[in-house]
Formats: sequence, C-alpha cells, structure tokens
Amino acid sequence: MNKVRVATIWLSGCSGCHMSFLDQDEFLMELAKLVQFVYSPLIDVKEFPENVDITIVEGAVGNEEQLELIEVARKRTKQLIALGDCAVHGNVTSLRNALREGDQAVLKRAYLELADTTPQIPSEVTPLLKKAHPLHEIVEVDHFIPGCPPPASLITYVLTELLAGRKPEMEGKAKFG
Amino acid sequence: MKSVRLTIDGRAVEVPDGTTILDAAMANGIKIPTLCHLEGVKDYGGCRLCLVEIKGSPKVFPACTTPVGQGMEVTTNSDRLKEYRKMALQLLLSERAHICSVCVANGACELQSLASELGVDQLIFERDWPELSVDLTHAYLVIDRNRCILCTRCIRVCDEIEGVHTLDLMLRGKETQVVIDLNENWKNATSCTGCRKCAKVCPVGAIYVKGEALSSTKDKEVAKFITERRRSAFE
Ligand code: SF4
Ligand code: SF4
Ligand code: SF4
Ligand code: FES
Repeated sequence: MNKVRVATIWLSGCSGCHMSFLDQDEFLMELAKLVQFVYSPLIDVKEFPENVDITIVEGAVGNEEQLELIEVARKRTKQLIALGDCAVHGNVTSLRNALREGDQAVLKRAYLELADTTPQIPSEVTPLLKKAHPLHEIVEVDHFIPGCPPPASLITYVLTELLAGRKPEMEGKAKFG
Repeated sequence: MKSVRLTIDGRAVEVPDGTTILDAAMANGIKIPTLCHLEGVKDYGGCRLCLVEIKGSPKVFPACTTPVGQGMEVTTNSDRLKEYRKMALQLLLSERAHICSVCVANGACELQSLASELGVDQLIFERDWPELSVDLTHAYLVIDRNRCILCTRCIRVCDEIEGVHTLDLMLRGKETQVVIDLNENWKNATSCTGCRKCAKVCPVGAIYVKGEALSSTKDKEVAKFITERRRSAFE
C-alpha cells in the first residue's frame, strides 16, 4: 500500500501547534503506519517536495520567505490544513495589524527599544510583510483546526477523518484560544 | 389576558399575547442561541444570533424582538439559520481583535463558547480593526473596547437596573464604542456607583474587574434576579 505523503510547515507561530501534534503520543505510531513525512521542521529536508497529499501548516504568513513557501506548498499539495489560531485567523502574530505601519512598529519595539546593547534592526533577514495574514487570505485552505494550541485529540480526530476519506465535523469541537 | 397559539419547531405552544418568540420558545424548553438578550432588561435585537424563520415569509426574524402571532409556524434551527448564525458569529469575531489566546475572558466567554458550539472554525471576513482604547483608570473596573461586541447589555443594565445610565454608545459604524459619562475616564465618571453590574453581564472580555477571575465576576442572572425581587416587593 502506498503511504499517504504528509508535510508539516512552521510559519509565524510559536511551535506550540507542532508540540500539540507530537502530543498525539501513541497515535503517532498508528499514523506512521499510514503516512510518510516528506517535509517538516522535525526532519531535515530543504526543498518542499512535489506530490504531497496533506500539508499541515502552523503559523500566520508574516514575511516574504513564508509567502513564497506557502504558495509553493499549495501548488504541490492536495489538501491543506490550517493548524492553530495563527494559521486560522492570525492570532497573536496579527496583533500588529491593528497598528499603523505595524511591521516597522514591531521591529522597532523588539530590536531598538528593548535592546540592552547596540540596538539595530537586522538587515539580512527576510523582510516582514506589511500585515500578518491567516493562510486563507493567501492560498485556498481545505480544513481549519483552531486552538492555541489545538488539543492533540482534535488533531487526531481531523487526521483520522481525512485518512478515512471523511469530512471532519467541527460543531462542538472547534475552539479559538 | 388573551392567549396565542402557535407552533415552534412543529410543537404546539400557547402563550400570552405580546410574548416574544424567544420567551415563548424558552418557556417551552426550546433553546435558541442569543448574545445580546439579557433577562430582566429590554431587548433590542442587535446580535442576530436568535434569528428564526416564520412560515409564509422569506425573511428571517430576531426571536427576541418579534412578538408571537396567532397560528404562526416558527422554525428555530434550519440549515439556513445555522449558516446565518455562524456568519453572524464570524462577523462579530472579525470586527475587532478577538485574540482569545491572550484575552482575560478566554474560557469564560459567551462569544467564544457559542462559536465553538456552532462549529465556527474559520473567519473568512476581511478584518480592518479600529484602534480602540483600554481604560484602566478606575480602581477596579476595566473596559477594553477592542473586545466589545456592542451588545449593549452593560448599557441597559446600568440604565434600567442600576438606574444611573453611566454608559452609552458613541460614534457610528466600526468606530462605535461604549463610553463612560460624556466620554470620560472611568475614574472621573461621577455618575458611576461602582456596582459592577456591567462587568457581571458583559458576555465577553470587554468589561471586567481587575485582578479577579472572569468566571467569578460573571453573573448574567443579576438583572433577572433584581427585576423579580422588585416586582415581588410591589405585589
Ligand atoms: S472576548 Fe471572547 S471571543 Fe473575544 S477574544 Fe476574548 S475570549 Fe475570545
Ligand atoms: S459599575 Fe454600575 S453604575 Fe458603574 S457603569 Fe457599571 S453598571 Fe453602571
Ligand atoms: S462592554 Fe460588554 S456588555 Fe457592554 S456592549 Fe460591549 S460587549 Fe456588550
Ligand atoms: S438575542 Fe436576539 S438579536 Fe441578540
């Protein structure tokens, strides 16, 4: 039997959603029988591969590199899942959207105002986007798993349903925050 | 008093004339989701969570402000209504920075739990948040306008139950906000008695008591309790 090809991506988030993914404990053993991980921050693969069945994305789209990655991932993926509040609606990452020139405001705060010594904004990292975007503002999303972080049991539920070819039913299960 | 017969979700009910559809449903054990409704004060039909269908009309009606009619056939839970309710919740959640993970009300919020109950798992509306103020000047009351859903429960309880009308709305559209006295800091609001009723009935994390768990501040029965006690005092 061909294994289902699964990728996970970590954009602007705190990695809490990936931690919740790992919190699925023994279900991961079950999962390993059915799927092959082809790309993830947990394994060392540099290029996002072709022909991915399911891509699970944590975090909002916050900078130019992430924008490029999510667009490539979408093209090469059958089903894309937004995992966690940052990916689903922007969450903490998008708080800067409420400020005018929010991208500059957070850089100034983090690197200049709060610096102990030699305050400077790093020039060699990828530029921030004007606003942080939830995934659906950039690419089409097939499933949403809200939560900060989403409980491991909800991730298991959604994956089980998708692997069985069913549509997950989120009534009473989805919860922001 | 004249009574009215109607059906709600196929069930025959009989209630006094002038009853709202919401009260008629509640009295007969039929639950309709609500947010701006608060037992004990006047309804104003702002949140649109309680929408129902009435046979013979293509429109939908807010159950909390629509009175029953003789022979009405009311549906409270069709697929269309579920879709509209989810949309209303999405609009409320998109209008302001509802970031539950860093909100005082996380886990004790009516908006958050209704969204969960009805299966709102995404916010598709574009968001363009106004920059609103947080007033921390009062000794123990706080208002964070970025979490307010403009349900006006606080305004109605302050006006109709406490009787001082400290709170009101200012401006229009997305800039609409709850103000204290004539847009004063809470500290300088001379009309406020500090009774906390507004914090008790606010369904979200917009008005709360400093340093107190939201779950212990909330008491949305307070308006109903006081109105009933007053009524019984006159009987
Ligand atoms: S008020 Fe409720 S819905 Fe809004 S951020 Fe707080 S917990 Fe979430
Ligand atoms: S504390 Fe009481 S008097 Fe003051 S604004 Fe709230 S409800 Fe009104
Ligand atoms: S402060 Fe709370 S009770 Fe008052 S209008 Fe806003 S959400 Fe409603
Ligand atoms: S409860 Fe009826 S409109 Fe809000």
